[in-house]
Amino acid sequence: MTSKSFKPFSFQEETWQYILDGESGLVNAPTGCGKTYSVFLGSLMQFINDHPKDYSRLRNNGLQLLWITPLRALAKDIGRAMEEAIESLGMQWKVAIRNGDTPVAERAKQKKNMPEVLIITPESLHLLLTQKGYPELFRSLRIIAVDEWHELMGSKRGVQTELAINRIIHAGYSFRKQETPDQQQNTIQVWGISATIGNLTEAKDVLLSTLNQPGVIVKAHIHKPIEVHTIIPEEIERYPWAGHLGIKLAATLVPIIEQSKTSLIFINTRGMSETWYQTLLRIAPQLAGAIALHHGSIEQELRLWVEEALHTEKLKAVVCTASLDLGVDFRPVDTVIQVGSPKGVARFLQRAGRSGHRPGEVSKIYFLPTHSLELVEAAALKTAIAEEAIESKEPMLLCYDVLLQYLCTLAIGEGFRAEAIFSEIKSTWCYADLQENEWREILRHLTDGGNALQQYDEYHKVDVEDGVYRIRQKRIAMRHRMHIGTIVSDAMLKVKFMSGGYVGVIEEWFISRLEPGDVFTLAGRNLELVMIKDMTVLVRKSSAKKSIVPSWNGGRMSLTANLGHILRQTFAQALTPLAGIELQSLQGLFELQLDLSHIPREDELLIEQIEDKDGFHLLVYPFEGRQVHEAMSAILAYRIGQIMPMSFSISMNDYGFELLSDQPIPVDDSNAAALLSNENLLADIQKSINNTEMAKRKFRDIAVIGGLIFQGFPGQHQKARHLQSSASLLFKVFEEYDPGNILLRQAYNEVLVQQMDEVRLRQALQRISHSRIVLTFPKKLTPLSFPIIVDGLNRNNLSSEKLEDRIKKMQEQLTAM
Amino acid sequence: MHPMSAPLLHSINDQHFWLSAERCIYWEEAQTLILSDTHFGKTGHFRKNGIAVPQQVYKEDLQRFVQQVTHFKPQQIIVVGDLFHSRENRELELFLKWRRDIAHTRLVLVRGNHDLLDAAWYAAADIEVQEGIYQVDAFDFVHDPADNTETRESRYCFSGHIHPGVSLNGSAKQSLQFPCFFFGAGACILPAFSRFSGLKIMRSQKTDSVYAIANGAVMKL
Repeated sequence: MTSKSFKPFSFQEETWQYILDGESGLVNAPTGCGKTYSVFLGSLMQFINDHPKDYSRLRNNGLQLLWITPLRALAKDIGRAMEEAIESLGMQWKVAIRNGDTPVAERAKQKKNMPEVLIITPESLHLLLTQKGYPELFRSLRIIAVDEWHELMGSKRGVQTELAINRIIHAGYSFRKQETPDQQQNTIQVWGISATIGNLTEAKDVLLSTLNQPGVIVKAHIHKPIEVHTIIPEEIERYPWAGHLGIKLAATLVPIIEQSKTSLIFINTRGMSETWYQTLLRIAPQLAGAIALHHGSIEQELRLWVEEALHTEKLKAVVCTASLDLGVDFRPVDTVIQVGSPKGVARFLQRAGRSGHRPGEVSKIYFLPTHSLELVEAAALKTAIAEEAIESKEPMLLCYDVLLQYLCTLAIGEGFRAEAIFSEIKSTWCYADLQENEWREILRHLTDGGNALQQYDEYHKVDVEDGVYRIRQKRIAMRHRMHIGTIVSDAMLKVKFMSGGYVGVIEEWFISRLEPGDVFTLAGRNLELVMIKDMTVLVRKSSAKKSIVPSWNGGRMSLTANLGHILRQTFAQALTPLAGIELQSLQGLFELQLDLSHIPREDELLIEQIEDKDGFHLLVYPFEGRQVHEAMSAILAYRIGQIMPMSFSISMNDYGFELLSDQPIPVDDSNAAALLSNENLLADIQKSINNTEMAKRKFRDIAVIGGLIFQGFPGQHQKARHLQSSASLLFKVFEEYDPGNILLRQAYNEVLVQQMDEVRLRQALQRISHSRIVLTFPKKLTPLSFPIIVDGLNRNNLSSEKLEDRIKKMQEQLTAM
Repeated sequence: MHPMSAPLLHSINDQHFWLSAERCIYWEEAQTLILSDTHFGKTGHFRKNGIAVPQQVYKEDLQRFVQQVTHFKPQQIIVVGDLFHSRENRELELFLKWRRDIAHTRLVLVRGNHDLLDAAWYAAADIEVQEGIYQVDAFDFVHDPADNTETRESRYCFSGHIHPGVSLNGSAKQSLQFPCFFFGAGACILPAFSRFSGLKIMRSQKTDSVYAIANGAVMKL
């Protein structure tokens, strides 16, 4: 290696040594400093060490290195870099890619003759486990590497990865038992590669759980300076409205794009990225041909073209979503623009790191707010970066849905024995605490489908023959193969004019809430919905003054608790000498807030009560992020309902939440503290959880992953139609007729663990109990309340009134009109 | 199940139609029970394909069906389509068992898009299958209201297919959704009888009569 004037970083040398010593572990390094080479070259060296005389001649050695990556895009680049290294060492190793884009012929070739290095996504790896004789493919395997582990952990794809590693290692044990015991390679090594997160040690422990080894953490001590610039609008709206400001500021991006070599413009949702792309083209026609769009629903061919053009410096700018968060570096990129809140410090840093990767270069990121209050977030982000306050990723536990899917996967391939697999998966992090009775229930779900009407049932999925669980029916196996995966994304629909012109794409979630005749805004135009036909939304131009602005599902991403905390501190600096440039620019807004109500200091909790034509609004501002607010608002609504029966419509953002009622809400300084206290918290969580829509929302993904929702074979619409049902209908049916169902229980568990987490809520309420509660009665909407109140689409409902009373009241209101 | 309240009367051309909270209509003069979209066998079809939905919903649908028949004692039952969800499966044996219990009642099926069983099967089950528009006196019965295209003076049409629902809106952004009977100028759309079915929220005009089914009762809106 030394021949190529390649000077390794010390973390790379450290990793190589550990790999040669047979260790497993986690490499913590930022992108753009050779993290791929740390593990990859280690694998090559291991082979050279084992075959010092003939390493350059040996070919067809079987799979040596399994490289798991969350990304389908960019796998090619990683593979190319690996091939170059192999060639420069004069070795005969082959590198192959396997993911959703890999053609069938190529897959067949791989099966016959495994390459030494296989680059694969977690989904494709599970697909491999559906093949007969798959253990044989891993007989020679030495190292499993998991790239971007920080991205996988904390999601169900992470759990999927844990399970695949678990299975492959155990398959390996069975081979190695048969071979000579003195062989050095007694087990497969596991290596993760991760960017910095708050809980690196835990990340390592989750990944190595199956090995039952402590493992090592190798840290790259590379400091990369980051410059954060906030784009401050000339005119600050005093009533901020999510999403409205951003596109107006598009013109400010043009000079930034023109002065940079290549810019990546990160937009939080696919739909909005279309709008930005169109807008930039309209206001800067000179950029036509030099600017491109990249997101998850773009055709593969186009995506690859964009990636290639980024490498070769053919593009001035790419408007993208999280689709370009990870992966290999595009050398020409010297500027990153983040539009709207990144919602967390880790994500912001990751994106900033996409620019200026060469040693000595500076990462440059511009923050463009989509509403004026996001300027406070910009200030908070700067503080967080200075203090290196980076979030943790919490690994998911006991995901029954992923386990059900995995067991079906195994049942298609080799089949499985219950006791053996149970003890196997108990060594993963996710299922370490899986109880015997839960396991039996999961098996019953597969074989009997829960409670059935004995002789009238033909439930069919997994059969047990001589103690081996197998899926025999081709139809069911085929359907399962098509549904392997844990990413459940909202369908995107194309929007076209009746006359033919293409407008953009929009989330089905949003459009399904509209009726023909409704007017909405897309790509800067007001459009009237005519009809939805064949996955296409047909529209015509509208001159209507009033239109609905898409409130993106992705926009519901919550601020992390970490950033919320810093945001609270930052907010308290408003109108003080400590205020930085962002807060200074918001002076007018803060003055109005102060004039009408109050600006909460760090040790204060602001509660506003406002009455208007819609009813009675109670606003609470804990600054804990949307997720915590959703839980807190449900508990508060429940507790108020104990005082008197009431119905609430609830809305929230990252700063606070609103309870709206048609009658005065009995909260005042005599009871506010008690209503937000920790007393009876656990019991109140249990009681309020059933009344919220949180579990229903969680169930949507669970139902798809757990195999309850079938989306149909491509091109076979007719047959599939009889198997279709919506997650909300299934949720209703299970709630009513099978409340003990494990997938339904999982939905509630996920709410309890992720959203209504008692520990986190207790901490938040504890903090509030030490705060001074400031109750104000503004005469009109305040700048803080406005964005929460105007959010009409993302509302929850919670009622303690009797249903017939609610209906009666509504009817009276109707007849009074 | 909710305790059932008394059916509500809706008159069309001097004929009396009793709306039951169990999602069906009893036509008094013709001694006919009208219902739609029972989707019997739907849970069985899902389960046969490895999707574990609870069968209890089907069992209760069947029980409600028989209970309505014993309550109103109709001479005939007209199902305006989607009596069965898909091809044959074992769940339908349970239906046949119930069918024998009400063997004296004539059962007419106006074929819906889901009704694909063999003619022999229907015959064996003593089900009379009607294609297109089925006429009884001054009333028409058709599965999909979109197929009721001709405007025929002084005739009134009953259909299903849509699974109609209604959204009630109150002040302070309150809203509730319920299945409903939707009586328009010349046609009525019945709610889906099966509880394993979703809702399509209808927009009504002043001239429409909409009855919501909420909390075990039918109420006129």
